[in-house]
Amino acid sequence: MATREIIDDTLVVEGESDPDLVRPKRMTLNMGPQHPSTHGVLRLQLELDGETITWAKPDIGYLHTGIEKEFEAKTYHQGVTLTDRIDYLAPLSNNLCFALAVEKLMQIEIPEHAQWARVMLAELTRLNSHLVWLGTHAIDIGAMSVFLYCFREREEILRIFEMCSGQRMMTSYIRPGGLALALPRGWQNRVKKFIDVFPSRIDEYEDLLTNNKIWIGRTKGVGYISVEDMLDLGITGPMLRAAGVDYDARKQFPYSSYEKFDFKVPTRKENDVYARYLCRLEEMRQSARIIKQVVAGIPPGRHQADVPNMTLPDREKMKTQMEALIYHFKIVTEGYRVPAGEVYQVIESPRGEVGYYIVSDGTAKPYRCHVRGPSFGNLQAVPKLIEGTLIADVIAAIGSMDFVLGDCDR
Amino acid sequence: MLSEEIKSHPDVAAILAANPEYLVDGKIDRGETTLVVPAEHIVAVAQLLKSKQEYVRLSTVTGVDWAPAEPRFEVVYHLHSLSRNVRLRVKCRLPGANAEIDSLTGVWRSANWYERETFDLFGVRFRNHPDLTRIMMPEDWQGYPLRKDYPVTGTRV
Repeated sequence: MATREIIDDTLVVEGESDPDLVRPKRMTLNMGPQHPSTHGVLRLQLELDGETITWAKPDIGYLHTGIEKEFEAKTYHQGVTLTDRIDYLAPLSNNLCFALAVEKLMQIEIPEHAQWARVMLAELTRLNSHLVWLGTHAIDIGAMSVFLYCFREREEILRIFEMCSGQRMMTSYIRPGGLALALPRGWQNRVKKFIDVFPSRIDEYEDLLTNNKIWIGRTKGVGYISVEDMLDLGITGPMLRAAGVDYDARKQFPYSSYEKFDFKVPTRKENDVYARYLCRLEEMRQSARIIKQVVAGIPPGRHQADVPNMTLPDREKMKTQMEALIYHFKIVTEGYRVPAGEVYQVIESPRGEVGYYIVSDGTAKPYRCHVRGPSFGNLQAVPKLIEGTLIADVIAAIGSMDFVLGDCDR
Repeated sequence: MLSEEIKSHPDVAAILAANPEYLVDGKIDRGETTLVVPAEHIVAVAQLLKSKQEYVRLSTVTGVDWAPAEPRFEVVYHLHSLSRNVRLRVKCRLPGANAEIDSLTGVWRSANWYERETFDLFGVRFRNHPDLTRIMMPEDWQGYPLRKDYPVTGTRV
């Protein structure tokens, strides 16, 4: 009987002369870029010792489309459409951040009505994104049915987006200067109907998962990473809050009237996949609270700032007033000039800190537009998160990061 | 020359107290502070800002190409302090001919990917970087896409 032992890094089978049986102890495994459970084209190179991961390296860039370069070739007005395409689960958050950055450069204030509408849309986006995350994360871990319930609610959110902007996903609805169009007739009823029911739907998801033994077994104690490592590696968003750091740009750097709303920033101490799940569920409840406050108390007013050379005029005015037609022509053909300067605008997207760094040289096109996507910062911590854990936990751990590769590669 | 307004900024005071040569320029514009640091001092200034001024987070690193002006490149760092709840922008100016700067990976590990991205898209080299390879573009790519002399459209030859 041949005995097997491991000497250094090589598995040696004694009494066996066949060289095929002499293999390295460590195995390299390539996960992705088309692995079905990675949600996007992320490639992970893993080195395994048995089932334990000894080394990991994420490989990104498969979705790099040069969006930052394209910004420089488009006017600010056209650039809004690019922001939709950065993160397909949070187009309105990216619209909002870009719009806020341009407004900061132009130093204009937009009406309260538009600010509150933006808050509502940003929070609906958060619900939309968290629902997709919850559904796909649950599928990864083996809970199939949650996905169907999550997408039922998501569909209603997408219909609200379609009602507002005419688009389900690439909305381009929040633009520098306000909103693209006034909120449609009957939006309050539609949103209210949805948001009144929604908290009970979160209870439904909780019934399926929170006390589910398999769910707890797969997520509790998995994916730990120390707070110091998180901050040092650039992790933001719900991951950081599930570790007890209450950083949320909506509270710390309020924008678009967030300071006027009553909501909590949920934090947990456990710092594992389960805590991130609970954190995101609580965030959904808080978002629902914010949306309710918007529906109940949105101040009347216009949907755009009164800056005629920057915001597109109403259709009706264009047909009757010469000035409106001229402004429309000028905005569409040459765009509007933005005073020289630079700003870094940060908002809290569903995934964490989104930052737009825009440098203007005084022309109608950005000289430079850098996008700090939260997924890029979060993915950098993958090796720290999974090294030393079992390969079966990789999907649970990276699923809890909630990354979107488009947001990472841009 | 530093203005009086910028000199009263707490971070500026701390940097100048350590070494007056650490700062060449600074401004406060639209509520945001920008400091310009000589490239050779960036690691020392970063360490000082992290340890003394509590900038625990490096939010992002990127570049700006000012071609044909000289110095051509700007490397831009955005810092964030959780405890003080402030943000700061630090810049270094680099010549177009041999754009090189020390890596900040020893101060904040998050600099790793951001510097790789800046290297990949601008061709700015970071000294002492543990893994300075392309991150977005394919490994055999020629040229640096975010430079101003790189065309927006065209086919790969």
